[in-house]
Amino acid sequence: MALLDFCQLDRKINLKPVDALASFENDVVGYSGNFLHSTHLATPPFANPVETLAQFNQKDETGKAIKIQFDHGTTTLGFRYQGGVLLAVDSRATGGQFIGSQSMKKIVEINDYLLGTLAGGAADCVYWDRVLAKQCRLYELRNRERISVAAASKLMANMVYNYKGMGLSMGMMLAGVDKRGAQLYYVDSEGTRTPGKVFSVGSGSVYAFGVLDSGYSWDLSDKDAQELGRRAIYHATHRDAYSGGIVRVYHISEKGWVNISNEDCSDLHYKYAAEKGNVGA
Amino acid sequence: MLSVNENFPEYAVPGAKQVRFEPYADNGGSIVAIAGDDFAVIGADTRLSTGFSIYTREQKKLFKLSDKTVLGATGCWCDTLTLTRLLSARMQMYEHEHNKSMSTPAVAQMLSTMLYYKRFFPYYVSNVLAGLDADGKGCVYSYDPIGHCERSNYRAGGSAGAQLQPLLDNQIGLKNMQNVTETPIPKEKALALLKDVFISAAERDIYTGDCIYILIITASGIQEEKFELRKD
Repeated sequence: MALLDFCQLDRKINLKPVDALASFENDVVGYSGNFLHSTHLATPPFANPVETLAQFNQKDETGKAIKIQFDHGTTTLGFRYQGGVLLAVDSRATGGQFIGSQSMKKIVEINDYLLGTLAGGAADCVYWDRVLAKQCRLYELRNRERISVAAASKLMANMVYNYKGMGLSMGMMLAGVDKRGAQLYYVDSEGTRTPGKVFSVGSGSVYAFGVLDSGYSWDLSDKDAQELGRRAIYHATHRDAYSGGIVRVYHISEKGWVNISNEDCSDLHYKYAAEKGNVGA
Repeated sequence: MLSVNENFPEYAVPGAKQVRFEPYADNGGSIVAIAGDDFAVIGADTRLSTGFSIYTREQKKLFKLSDKTVLGATGCWCDTLTLTRLLSARMQMYEHEHNKSMSTPAVAQMLSTMLYYKRFFPYYVSNVLAGLDADGKGCVYSYDPIGHCERSNYRAGGSAGAQLQPLLDNQIGLKNMQNVTETPIPKEKALALLKDVFISAAERDIYTGDCIYILIITASGIQEEKFELRKD
């Protein structure tokens, strides 16, 4: 190295190791890069993470089966009606066939006027909702007014679109009130973003839609709307094994969101059975 | 990925063996954490194994992050080492910056963010975090490999997690029982239960055994305890 120093070659050529993680400080910062920029995640050291990860997922060096299972869900639904927006969700999180949690919060309170529902990868949804909450708060501070639901949903869609094809899995509804009234958007990890009246997302959505469509009308009263949402989720939890736990109902009006109820599925089961005159078979 | 055999079958060499890089290892181990009103206990077995052979019978898998927070981590041991090293470095940076140590809920959120950073090449680690929150109440946080996090009062994780959680649901959560009221669990009962469930795990899970290393977190500090398990 003495000759290098003498020639002062290091001023002309960068002789530092290509790996910028070599120093301890860079090491710490480099392994938590999303602390600085929340949208920057680590680049995997291989092409096509979806396929390659699936290969890693088969066995470890001794041939033992490896399974990295992320928490998944869900049945969620949301609809707009004359009284605002209603959201209802279940609370089961499954990792493979194991029920990781029966009490998960699948409605994320982004601010007092904006809610997000989560379906698909639990960590994906929670992380990106948190990033969105930060973006929305920054928007408020910069512009001295609340962000519109349309803008918030577009921020979300654009953020996750950068990772399209990398294996993110999320289907979410963003609901809230802004200058234009009550709004409901569907956003997913494929890049879809669409406003609408009635949505249901998740493995149990087919069952929820059956109940929801048969009972939905624009002129529903607040109480009937809440009951419709609750009933649709209950029926989905009854038929879809990946859904269950607690049925949470939220309502958004001009005054912001309110948590209407959190009821255990099995309590609802016997309540609805009694209404039909059964003891609960 | 471009694979000759799959994508260009006419060039495939019959009988050639493909060796792929296997980045993950499963070194086993279980964690149980229980939170009470003013304490949290967390225990992890001390067996470190690969396949059916045991590396060591005395590997502690609990990491004291502060005098109020303990992390239990099992799974791929090399990932655990990197993760915990990073976590303590980040906590030290926080301490220098803010002149106070991180609260348990703050550590919990930071761990989630750190795990998610490796979303596309995850740490293969099962994490359970136990400690006291800002009000001095016991708390337990559990994670999936990419940072989904939930707070609860008790949790089992690691190789025997799926076997132990139902037992805890029955004994502590009193799930699906009629006419019962959930009362905060006393420290002695939590400790006894923790030992009991590990004895059960050692009976049926080959990756759990040898010894449990227990940490009891209270406002007056962290107490250590060891409890011997089957060594077969």
